Amino acid sequence: MSAFEAVIGIECHVELKTKSKMFCACPNEFGGEPNTKVCPVCLALPGALPVVNREAVLHMVRAGLAFGTEIPAFSKFDRKNYFYPDMPKDYQISQFDMPLTQGGVVRYWLEDGTIKECRLTRIHLEEDTGKSTHAGSGDGRIAGSSHSLIDFNRAGVPLMECVSEPDIRSADEAVGYLDALKRTFVQLGVSDVKMEEGSLRCDANVSIRPVGASEYGTKTEIKNMNSFRSVHRAIESEIARQTALIESGGRVTQETRGWDEGAGTTHPMRSKEEAHDYRYFPDPDLLPIELDRSVVDRIGSELPELPLARFERYHGGFGLTPSQATQLVDNAPLATYFDAVVAASKHAAQSTNFVLGDLSRLANETGVAIYESPVAPAALAELIALVESQTINSKIAKDLLERMWKGEGSPKTIVEREGLAQTSDAGEIATFVDEVLAANEKAVADYKSGKTNILGFLTGQVMKHSRGKANPALVGALLKQKLD
Amino acid sequence: MRTAAQIARDVNAKTESAREVTDATLAHVDAVDGQIGAYLTRLHDLARAQAARVDERVRNGERLPLAGVPIAVKDNMCLAGTRTTCGSKILEHWVAPYTATAVQRILDAGGIPIGKTNMDEFAMGSSCENSALGTTHNPFDLTRVPGGSSGGSAAAAAAHEAAIALGSDTGGSIREPAAFCNLVGFKPTYGRISRYGLIAFASSLDQIGPLTRTVEDAALAYDVMAGKDPMDSTSIDRAVEPTATALRTDLAGVRVGIVKEFVTETLGPDIAALYARAYADLEKLGAQLVEVSLPTAEYGLATYYLIAPAECSSNLARFDGVRYGLRVDGADVGQMYEATRAAGFGAEVKRRILIGTYALSSGYYDAYYVKAQKARTLIGDDFKRAFATCDLIASPAASSPAFAFNAKSDPYSMYMMDYYTIPMSLAGLPALSVPCGYVTPAGGEAPMPMGLQLAAPLFEEAKLLGAAHAYEQATQHALKAAVAVA
Ligand SMILES: [Zn+2]
Repeated sequence: MSAFEAVIGIECHVELKTKSKMFCACPNEFGGEPNTKVCPVCLALPGALPVVNREAVLHMVRAGLAFGTEIPAFSKFDRKNYFYPDMPKDYQISQFDMPLTQGGVVRYWLEDGTIKECRLTRIHLEEDTGKSTHAGSGDGRIAGSSHSLIDFNRAGVPLMECVSEPDIRSADEAVGYLDALKRTFVQLGVSDVKMEEGSLRCDANVSIRPVGASEYGTKTEIKNMNSFRSVHRAIESEIARQTALIESGGRVTQETRGWDEGAGTTHPMRSKEEAHDYRYFPDPDLLPIELDRSVVDRIGSELPELPLARFERYHGGFGLTPSQATQLVDNAPLATYFDAVVAASKHAAQSTNFVLGDLSRLANETGVAIYESPVAPAALAELIALVESQTINSKIAKDLLERMWKGEGSPKTIVEREGLAQTSDAGEIATFVDEVLAANEKAVADYKSGKTNILGFLTGQVMKHSRGKANPALVGALLKQKLD
Repeated sequence: MRTAAQIARDVNAKTESAREVTDATLAHVDAVDGQIGAYLTRLHDLARAQAARVDERVRNGERLPLAGVPIAVKDNMCLAGTRTTCGSKILEHWVAPYTATAVQRILDAGGIPIGKTNMDEFAMGSSCENSALGTTHNPFDLTRVPGGSSGGSAAAAAAHEAAIALGSDTGGSIREPAAFCNLVGFKPTYGRISRYGLIAFASSLDQIGPLTRTVEDAALAYDVMAGKDPMDSTSIDRAVEPTATALRTDLAGVRVGIVKEFVTETLGPDIAALYARAYADLEKLGAQLVEVSLPTAEYGLATYYLIAPAECSSNLARFDGVRYGLRVDGADVGQMYEATRAAGFGAEVKRRILIGTYALSSGYYDAYYVKAQKARTLIGDDFKRAFATCDLIASPAASSPAFAFNAKSDPYSMYMMDYYTIPMSLAGLPALSVPCGYVTPAGGEAPMPMGLQLAAPLFEEAKLLGAAHAYEQATQHALKAAVAVA
């Protein structure tokens, strides 16, 4: 047990899913030939002016409200001034002291179902920069390169920057937090959150301190992590590095460190000699944003059930395992389907078994999504009702499900058409039993000579003879009665 | 050259073609601009092509408010396919791939672009001497400056090289050269005319406006250019009251405020007498003169010289040699930036970038930039109070008539030229300069024109132009022709 605990804060940039860029009408789409999705505004040609994308602002309100943040009535855009070749204006339009959202809490769950919380400092809106490629050096690095190419297709894409408080205590929690952000943004439709397309990028501030201490240790900022897995590995590696350093009497230096995926370690990045003075000031090209309260309220009232609430309903409410609940939360159409089945059948456990069991198997085998198969929630609920009322047994239910999947119709119709309803008619079952006993003289003899475990075989024979519809409990009872 | 109104009337009536007006104007430009230097770029081909389009439209029965009117465009406004330099080495060879909204509206209204005019680099200056690309002479006395920063536009209009010249005014850059060149220079309410395509100097102050020889022409140009532009979020979404139909011939019932703090005696007896006469002329036209106070106006200059440089330090960052314009190689990107900007910007631009960068830097931001913004609010409040007791405010447009080249060597005395115009800019008010007579400057031979500044409350362009028209028609100070035209 380490005598240290980690204190972690995360800053992540998430690309917003909008039709056009943040301040111009260029399409907000990933990829494409370099510099084909550009205009005078996003290239910062002399004289061009930005115009705020309303859709992006409304997305921010959605994201903020989902985490219970305050949406101030008044917000503004500021210029963050610094020179960088990727950045067309040599300033970034961002938000400084009056962001669109302030505060809020991200509640998330870990693999074992534990619920955690991390406070948000803010989520603010800004624009992305272009992308440089260094040519001639062989390894894509700037050192030794003969020239650099810049693609401005991404310049001006709307980004929300989510800044957390240092409430995260482990790599697992960090990933849980990021998962929660991702799930929420995807569900709200505000972002696709595709790390491989750069639509979520994050930095982690990591420090350690003796367990029980209230002061923070010296932090380092880790960059270049390009998957949740690398976030996890990088944080673990950095905690281990800092712990070893302190235990051997060293001190952590405040610095920016890069993550080397191959080596599995962090390393110091060349930092600028002086602290940046970004010279933030209100962008005079943009008027402040005054959000109409009624718009905010309407967005709030239209928020869907959020991932954590859904998780809690499934896990705590319906008794699904954390992994089952997570599986549903992460597949919105499936969860919607599941909810419809539960609503129609009023039976969560059976719904779970069918949806996550047999139906999932069929979906995997056929490559057809459950919610796109011919098995409608109402039909599945009907099947569950047949099982619950003991009209059919589980064996028949499985067969029926496969036939429903093939589009053969509703379970009731098939059961009625083919007389598959379970029978508890003692006279009818007695006839089946008699016929089976007559046909299996050797087994009867064996049973009488003391091999009572042959009873299972005989039960199976009777069930088969009844085409599965005999009530298995009655079959067992009658068999015993006739044999003993 | 006839006025824009007369030309448009004739071309619409088909008594003259746009092509004829254009050819005559281009010939005149070719004859006189060697002495004047109003244009950095002449647009013969573009002008003739546009004239052909205008004639075609008129033949098809369209009535165009600016049919065939020769237009000069200050070279900080984009016009697709033309060199747009901002009077700077850094953009000397840059060809704009798109057209500014205001310019487009002029073209759509039938205006003919004759050329792009010289200007103080990035619109920073009060004499047009800060251009890196050419010298413009005052058509009334070729040894004197035309005023700045829209000096080329003013000279073009005064020398009849265009009927309407577009300028931009940040702290007085339309009104001051208009005064120097005996023109009407009109800066509308901030946000009335789109800035899209106007290369920014100070975004919160810049405003496009016309320089013309008559108030009627200014109204004509303004009516065409004004109005909300979806490409400029600071452009105002509010109906534009037509001004060309609001021109009046008397000032009965108009209360004109004379600013107590703007003491003209310090400008010398000739100038003081000239403005006393101007105010008396207003009274003769039926205006009631009232004294108003703008106690914070004296902080206008200091406020302006923090806000404008702060914004320009950021606006001009994009000229870094990466994407367009001048590039001077360096060992790495940082050195390339430094070499490019060192070679590309002139002294005044560098001075203001440095002042602005300093004013915005952490540790000084509150002391300078924030304080200046507060002062700006106070100045605006002063005007609101003043306009409770008057309809318009009258004052000099500039502190002196046009001066000789190199006469103002220290920046501060140059900045003082805009003393009377800057407060209106900070408050975003509509204001204009209208010719109000001549004084002979010390050491000069010829009398030089002076301008009367009239300012109105926000959005009162119609009232402002209406009153200016009455004054202009009664006094006829614009009648004297500039020497170069003769
Ligand atoms: Zn664009």
